[in-house]
Amino acid sequence: MGTYPKEMQESIERVEATRPARLSTKPARLTLEEQEALLRGFHPDYRAEGKRRLKVGASWGEPVPHELADLLEAYPLLEPGALDVSKPDHDVDVLVIGGGGAGTVAALWAHASGVPAERILIATKLRHGDSNSIMAQGGIQAADKPHDSPAVHYLDVLGGGHFTNDPTLVRALVEDAPEIIRWHEDLGVMYDKSPDGTMSTIHGGGTSRKRMHSAKDYTGLEILRVLRDEARSQGIPVLEFSPAVELLTDGERQVVGAVLWNLETSEYTVVRAKATVLATGGWGRLHIQGFPTTNHYGATADGLVLAYRAGAKIRDLDAVQYHPTGAAYPDQLVGLLITEKVRGMDAQPLNRRGELFVHPLEPRDVESAAFIRECAPPEKGGRGLGVVTPTGMVGVWLDTPMVDMIHGKGTFQRALSSIHRMYVRFDIDPTREPILVYPTLHYQNGGVVIDEHGWTGIAGLYAAGEVEGGVHGKNRLMGNSLLDYNVFGRRAGIAAASWAKRAAPGSPTLSHVERYVGELESAGVPPTRKAPLLLPEYRGERALARMVDLL
Amino acid sequence: MNEVTVFIMGKGYRVPAGLTIMKAMEYAGYRLARGCGCRGGYCGACATVYRLPGDYKLYADLACQTTVRDGMYIAQLPFTPAERPTYALENLTPDGKTLLALFPELARCVACNTCTKACPQKLEVMDAVQAALRGDIRQVAELTFDCVSCGLCTMRCPAEISHHHVWQLARRLNGAYLTPRAEHVKTRVEEIAAGKFREELDKLVTMTKDELVAAYKARQIEA
Repeated sequence: MGTYPKEMQESIERVEATRPARLSTKPARLTLEEQEALLRGFHPDYRAEGKRRLKVGASWGEPVPHELADLLEAYPLLEPGALDVSKPDHDVDVLVIGGGGAGTVAALWAHASGVPAERILIATKLRHGDSNSIMAQGGIQAADKPHDSPAVHYLDVLGGGHFTNDPTLVRALVEDAPEIIRWHEDLGVMYDKSPDGTMSTIHGGGTSRKRMHSAKDYTGLEILRVLRDEARSQGIPVLEFSPAVELLTDGERQVVGAVLWNLETSEYTVVRAKATVLATGGWGRLHIQGFPTTNHYGATADGLVLAYRAGAKIRDLDAVQYHPTGAAYPDQLVGLLITEKVRGMDAQPLNRRGELFVHPLEPRDVESAAFIRECAPPEKGGRGLGVVTPTGMVGVWLDTPMVDMIHGKGTFQRALSSIHRMYVRFDIDPTREPILVYPTLHYQNGGVVIDEHGWTGIAGLYAAGEVEGGVHGKNRLMGNSLLDYNVFGRRAGIAAASWAKRAAPGSPTLSHVERYVGELESAGVPPTRKAPLLLPEYRGERALARMVDLL
Repeated sequence: MNEVTVFIMGKGYRVPAGLTIMKAMEYAGYRLARGCGCRGGYCGACATVYRLPGDYKLYADLACQTTVRDGMYIAQLPFTPAERPTYALENLTPDGKTLLALFPELARCVACNTCTKACPQKLEVMDAVQAALRGDIRQVAELTFDCVSCGLCTMRCPAEISHHHVWQLARRLNGAYLTPRAEHVKTRVEEIAAGKFREELDKLVTMTKDELVAAYKARQIEA
């Protein structure tokens, strides 16, 4: 191998030199006070210049990143008066916006609660399943082992979220968790198990019990493709390449469906629905503070924009999750996720000198702050001990060869096959050489305010998965997002089905959008900004500069 | 800047060396909707075929995981039409005939191995087809666990097998019927239903922050 450039190779020799001593080292975890100091000093959320307070809407005054504020304080893509929304193209009981994990689970449980399949519609921006859910690698938490309990899980979630979470939502999360795993077993999810059926579970950052269930390092893919296959078996209709661009309301602040836009033909579609479940995922593709992201192409915060215009409240959106271990080398992989499971299986983070500088499994925000401190130059208060790549990226080592040294030859390739495959493609063998990592934008900790049934407080509107907030407070622990979308997707699906049975929706209108535009004008928001974003802009600058719209 | 020439559907563009096929297309001015999903090698949306100059082979790979090379001829597959039969898992039995009954075209496999060569995940696709023919569901499930359903094998298959749908069913049969259930999960679900943790959780949700911090600090960490 030896594909690393010479300067990086020299640092790898230091890593190898310190390895024998480190193999028997168990570093201490930080105290809550030490964590707090690290976060204040180095976590990007604590840079005041990164965010501003909202000037309009139901959560007026809330601080959010500029990148999101620019979308919430923005005008509609569709001129509300320019289209006729009174004659729906589809008339359903439950409209699910988003075809990732939360949306698919919500549709399945709306169906299980008595809504006929043909009275449900999943509308999604890309293909059914293209989502952050499918990219999750490491695992899903559930307190189902004898020495564990939902109460211990509860404390871990609260501590990870710095005690800012909504207690009612956390309770729902931990109490439903074992039932979700049981449901997955029924559906045929291939969890990692011992021959007798006992779940193989390990630690995640900030857990006090080994409760991380996995399916190799394709946990998200395995769960989602099973759910999607079940939705296909149930015959639930799906409209692909049809993102929602606006919710519809009936003039009485009740949500009664959405306007979709066909990404390929540019025509709009009006869907009238008795209940609408927002399951649009997160915001990674906003590249907050310029960070690369682990997120899928469609993660552009559309759901937040739509719900906020309809009057929904938001919370904890000042808290951005940077995953500590995004790939930092080679360039083709920059920003992609290296699952926390690698550290769960004892790989250590090291600086340029091969020194272990933080416990490998602190909560994600703390671990990320420690990486940033290690790499930041001394004039910015950092230690300046990162490894610099030929293209100027900086990162710390993740000592991946330790996995096989501790757990036996072949473990890495078996348990972490997607990571192994990713690096071998670029001639790096992670079982022989460490890999370079740096924090990457990973998750939207906050979101739309919901109750324990996924209800947003607006008649007819439910939310589930990454788009909602409160479950994780200001910082989510590993393995709780797959759990979140299952628990709250299920709850929102059941509640939406129940509401659809008793709802009396009026005619669809865009009156809430007109009202919101009035608020924007009063607040002096420049008319140039439009939202939702739908897709990030990655076209080359030269091509963009010469582009003209002729046809 | 070090550049290479790539031919996107036959038309040449100069792009920086080292980009992935996906980023090269974007650099050239394409705004992707089809052919782009997770951008990390998990969703299978960006199935791509390409040729290299002076080489007769048709290569297949994921656009988000493949670096461009000079002279590469690229075409993305926006969609793979594939037949998925109707079934309900709860009505199926995990026996040797189930896969073949639902996917009779499996028997048309001529063992040409084109599927294996087309697989961007480097799976032993043809071995999985043969295992399916033998009715060895567990082996199909294990061989295809890392499949991202990109459809490249299906598009290249002379027997016209819809591989990813076969694999999906095999994995579900394996997970639901051929793997022992976790007894501890069943036990915990029953304990929760019986209210075993209700009182403790009732207390936790009403605790003040100071009480929660004290309880959090007092947790025992499993070694």
